[in-house]
Amino acid sequence: MGELKLMKGNEALAESAIRYGCDAYFGYPITPQSEVIEYLSEQNPYERTGMVVLQAESELAAINMVYAAGAAGKRVMTSSSSPGVCLKQEGIAYIAGAEVPCVYADVVRGGPGLGTIQPSQADYFQAVKGGGNGDYKNIVLAPASVQEMADFVALGFDLAFKYRMAVCILSDGAIGQMMEKVVLPEQKPRMTEEEIKAKYPWALTGRKRGTQHRVITSLDLDSNKMEEHNRHLQAKYKMVEENEVRYEEINCEDAEYVFVAYGSSARIAQKSVQLGREQGLKLGLLRPITLFPYPTKAIENLINHGVKGFLSVELSCGQMIEDVKLACNGRVKAEHFGRVGGIIHTPEEVLEAMKKQIIGE
Amino acid sequence: MAGFKGAVSVDTERCKGCGVCVVNCPMQVLGLAKEVNGKGYNYAYMAEPDKCIGCASCGIVCPDGVISVYKVKL
Amino acid sequence: MTVEDIIKPENLVYEKSKLLTSKPFHYCPGCGHGTIHRIIAEVIEELGIDEKTIGVSPVGCSVMAYDYFDVDFIEAAHGRATACATGIKRVWPDKVVFSYQGDGDLAAIGTCETIHTCNRGENITMIFVNNGIYGMTGGQMAPTTLEGMKTATTPYGRKATLPAGAGFDGIPNNGYPLHITELVAHLPGTKYVTRQAVYDPAHVRKAKAAIKKAFENQINGKSGVNFVEIVSNCNSNWKMDPVKANQWLVENMLPEYPLGDIKVDGKIVEK
Repeated sequence: MGELKLMKGNEALAESAIRYGCDAYFGYPITPQSEVIEYLSEQNPYERTGMVVLQAESELAAINMVYAAGAAGKRVMTSSSSPGVCLKQEGIAYIAGAEVPCVYADVVRGGPGLGTIQPSQADYFQAVKGGGNGDYKNIVLAPASVQEMADFVALGFDLAFKYRMAVCILSDGAIGQMMEKVVLPEQKPRMTEEEIKAKYPWALTGRKRGTQHRVITSLDLDSNKMEEHNRHLQAKYKMVEENEVRYEEINCEDAEYVFVAYGSSARIAQKSVQLGREQGLKLGLLRPITLFPYPTKAIENLINHGVKGFLSVELSCGQMIEDVKLACNGRVKAEHFGRVGGIIHTPEEVLEAMKKQIIGE
Repeated sequence: MAGFKGAVSVDTERCKGCGVCVVNCPMQVLGLAKEVNGKGYNYAYMAEPDKCIGCASCGIVCPDGVISVYKVKL
Repeated sequence: MTVEDIIKPENLVYEKSKLLTSKPFHYCPGCGHGTIHRIIAEVIEELGIDEKTIGVSPVGCSVMAYDYFDVDFIEAAHGRATACATGIKRVWPDKVVFSYQGDGDLAAIGTCETIHTCNRGENITMIFVNNGIYGMTGGQMAPTTLEGMKTATTPYGRKATLPAGAGFDGIPNNGYPLHITELVAHLPGTKYVTRQAVYDPAHVRKAKAAIKKAFENQINGKSGVNFVEIVSNCNSNWKMDPVKANQWLVENMLPEYPLGDIKVDGKIVEK
């Protein structure tokens, strides 16, 4: 069985990467996620498993190292925080266009611009709706605990290679920095060259004489082919939507009003549910684990079972609320509540917002 | 010099008629044809085939790799 | 003896490398890219490393270099070719990795990646094609554009300062031709740094030998960038015919960018 430890979210992510058999991490320091590269450097994974850890000259360089090393069939990852992830968008768009698997973690801090180093969830749009150029999606996993920071590395790589796309672990400064107990997975071996060649025939490993050489590119100047490629990508995203939705429902069986919250906000909203129930309110929590694909059907089902309103609780001025409203489609009330600028809402103010904005006095 | 005789074959349909081979031929063998290929380029050809020594300068300098060079010992 | 008697397989002394695909180059007539592609392919073929070579193409005229080389290839974002090369080489140290970039890609938008790849001493081969202009986008100024040279964005000639020639008494304008090759030669991470050209057969041979050395160093070594600049032409955007462009290159580009080895086996070549 796995090993029980007390760790920071960022450290759990890093340790879990080594144990998953990740081949390389390319990163650049930025608060509040520098522990990832610091922990990896301290662990000397090149000696533990042969994993490469490289501090790049910039986020741009790091993501392009990820792009190419992923294209070469290896399990590679990077991590950063909001302004750094902005820089990475160039590479992420190429990764989407060229269908390269990889995992990147975004330990979100407040914005816009340099913003603040405190936790935030204001990069939902960037992570879920695009970020770079073109029509594309990344699978977005939203950990709400240190345990999930560890678990989503393996899940992320599995999904990334299953669909040949980027998987974003959308965390925030609170989940990244806080310490909790975590059960770490057992060490897995890194894949061998033979395994990679057998399993990923698209990977750049050097072409065999007499076979077609491989090209990883996002470019095609033939409009017909580019349209076809875009349709193919959309069909893939559709498959992801059909197969990979993950969410958690807490006290939703008899709920009349439901909080929708992910990551650190979900932890707070869970307490608000408890406080509300003590006051006789039938409250529940829907916690999306995948933000793309979004648990739209889960919201529809809750409405079908009598839920009368939703409050989207986010550390932002209202981003995920758009997806909640789309799922509600005007059938019931849905509103947003959230503190920003690095301030984390309290369970009491979240409950008050539910009462005031959704339930009504 | 007298010991060798050469000849070149030009992939005329792929030749872009840049003329770089013509000026780099030490024996002034090559010229650009009056005729054009399917893309409208005046392709390279052996204007003076008897002078070719098979030195391959033309092939080495051709940006499009359209020239193959042959050589025999006399 | 007729031409037909000579043109027989047994008499073949030169043909295009088999490591180039059958796709015709999209480059303009006389463009040096084709010649450079040819000699790189010849080197890979001669070294027998085609089954373990991975190329990185840039953004620029040679963006689709991957269509022409019959080896595995990745197309990089503008300026990031050496970050890509680093990524691949670090996870596959036994593969042979080369990047291929123009002056805008390597010396403008990718300067940061260029300097740091060289400074880390990645064990890769970098091919740098310098024709002093942005070809693909239609002939704008490159960092390597010569002073006084007319481009689409310096229609009156590149002027480092205004008024031109005023030195530090003038106000800053287009700046100076960037000698990135000399710059990287002074970094401890570069092993072999050289500047070559392909405008005539003798220089093509020398350039090929340099590229071969740059690949052999990678194969035989563990670290150190092998950097080959090739001063090339852009007759379309220089607005000259191909033969004149090569003459112009000799008369104008080479005085600014003199040919020869700059660093060999990690040591600067004293001139």
